[in-house]
Amino acid sequence: MKLITLAGPPSSGKTSLALKVMQQLRDTGLRCGVVKFDCLSSRDGERYQEAGFPALTGLAGNTCPDHFFVSNIEDCARWGHEQQLDVLISESAGLCNRCAPHIRGLYAVCVLDNLSGVDTPRKVGPMLKTADLVIITKGDIVSQAEREVFAHRVRQVNAKARILFANGITGQGSWEISRLWANAAEDDSLSGGQLRFSLPSAVCSYCFGQTKIGRDFQRGVVRRMNIEEDGSHD
Amino acid sequence: MTELPASLRQQILLEHAGAAEFFRLNRLPIPVSHNTLKDYWHSLPWQQQDLGGWTPESLWEGLQAFLAARQLSADQLSIVQSLEITAGQGKDGTPEAQNLCLRPGEVICIVGPTGAGKSRLLADIECPAQGDTPSKRHILIDGKAPNPEWRFSGEARLVAQITQNMNFVMDLSVAAFLRLHAESRALADPEEAVWRVLDAAVAMAGEPFGPNTPLTQLSGGQSRALMIADAALLSPKPIILIDEIENAGVDRTRALNLFIEKGKIVLLSTHDPLLALSGSRRLVICNGAVVQVLEANSDEQDCVEHLAQLDRSLAAVRQALRRGETLDQQWKERFFTP
Repeated sequence: MKLITLAGPPSSGKTSLALKVMQQLRDTGLRCGVVKFDCLSSRDGERYQEAGFPALTGLAGNTCPDHFFVSNIEDCARWGHEQQLDVLISESAGLCNRCAPHIRGLYAVCVLDNLSGVDTPRKVGPMLKTADLVIITKGDIVSQAEREVFAHRVRQVNAKARILFANGITGQGSWEISRLWANAAEDDSLSGGQLRFSLPSAVCSYCFGQTKIGRDFQRGVVRRMNIEEDGSHD
Repeated sequence: MTELPASLRQQILLEHAGAAEFFRLNRLPIPVSHNTLKDYWHSLPWQQQDLGGWTPESLWEGLQAFLAARQLSADQLSIVQSLEITAGQGKDGTPEAQNLCLRPGEVICIVGPTGAGKSRLLADIECPAQGDTPSKRHILIDGKAPNPEWRFSGEARLVAQITQNMNFVMDLSVAAFLRLHAESRALADPEEAVWRVLDAAVAMAGEPFGPNTPLTQLSGGQSRALMIADAALLSPKPIILIDEIENAGVDRTRALNLFIEKGKIVLLSTHDPLLALSGSRRLVICNGAVVQVLEANSDEQDCVEHLAQLDRSLAAVRQALRRGETLDQQWKERFFTP
């Protein structure tokens, strides 16, 4: 089974695009399924099921969704094998831009949209920097010039990835993407494999449910802003 | 502290024109007296090393990616000698009449009712199709099937598109935006390019605008004019697809001449009579197929002159009404005297 990690900011068009690409893959006889990782709620699982694709939804709830992803992906892959899938897409919304679900040796895809602004490629971080394929959506409503600048900004942070433009509504570009996904790596290397980028530590008192504000309530890894240049706040 | 791999001990590309920009954009101090990336990394306070999520390796990779992007944009293919569209088939399988060959500096108009397949033809060129779209057309560049790799690279695509649905969405002034685009092209003199595009755009737009006008405040006509000038003068793409831009109040003749001067191949899908007659050839599309290829004859050329006159009159009335004038005797005479 091929396992593909699909990541991108919320509302960048991941689900619409994945649906179009999976339809193309299904037309060539491949069985596709999805596991959708989200934070609090997600209706995307239903969208996949309505289109006839087996789908799992994992809600991270109070924990960091990327930590939740890495703790559960093996079980999800097992589910995919039970479903006799040829291709399993692991879709997750990058939330703090500091993490990436991409795994060494497995095909890694990042979706960004043109409307998010030209500074986005620099803000997104490892989810974009470590991707093999970057898909830029919503190009039909912005100018040619903005598309070119956006793609250039993506190239500035990821020299190696393929960059493709696609439209999740019309399906433009989905054929090309389906050819790339059909050639993605098998998931043999998943167990005992390695993430491409370490997930950041989050071990302050607020991670454990603290809600009160004030220094007395802060424990663990606490970082303060350096507001004045002379560092007198430290 | 992690020890740096041997590859990082080499002299870093600090003298490279783009390196300082890389550090500035990532909010890192610009290296001044460091010979290697290792020296530079060790000179950073730990908070700074930790803050951006950088490691020495990722910083090195990031710098390389950034500099490679500059080179890539300088290397883009921007000239084609010919664009051929081989005959395909209509929606009901009827074969198309003939192959077409387009040359730089040529404007081809595409006409046909809504749903006839104008957008399909433009999409075939954009892909570029290799007998694998419903029309079964093949697109040849310089007489050859394009490198299949091009289909899998957004940057290698040869086509720039301008459609009625496109808008500027960036919160920037016109000049700042053009500067961004010029920089992404790694031009020798970005500032000069900014002024060239701006001048051309203002000359085309009905109403003037300046370098400090915010992009998002441009009128429909002004932003269309800017898109056209930018696609002609700053975009590296040799083929321009234009879908329905007539209602924007842009000087259409000037716009097309700009593309022709720059040696672009232009395909123009339109319902506007003046625009439909502005190309060297006109493709008539019906039920998914190109059914006729027309060249303007002398009767049509005479009509174009008359239509252009009507167009100028209409523009004059529009201007007069906007100035608060009324259409008095003088205007009436202008319209009704034979």
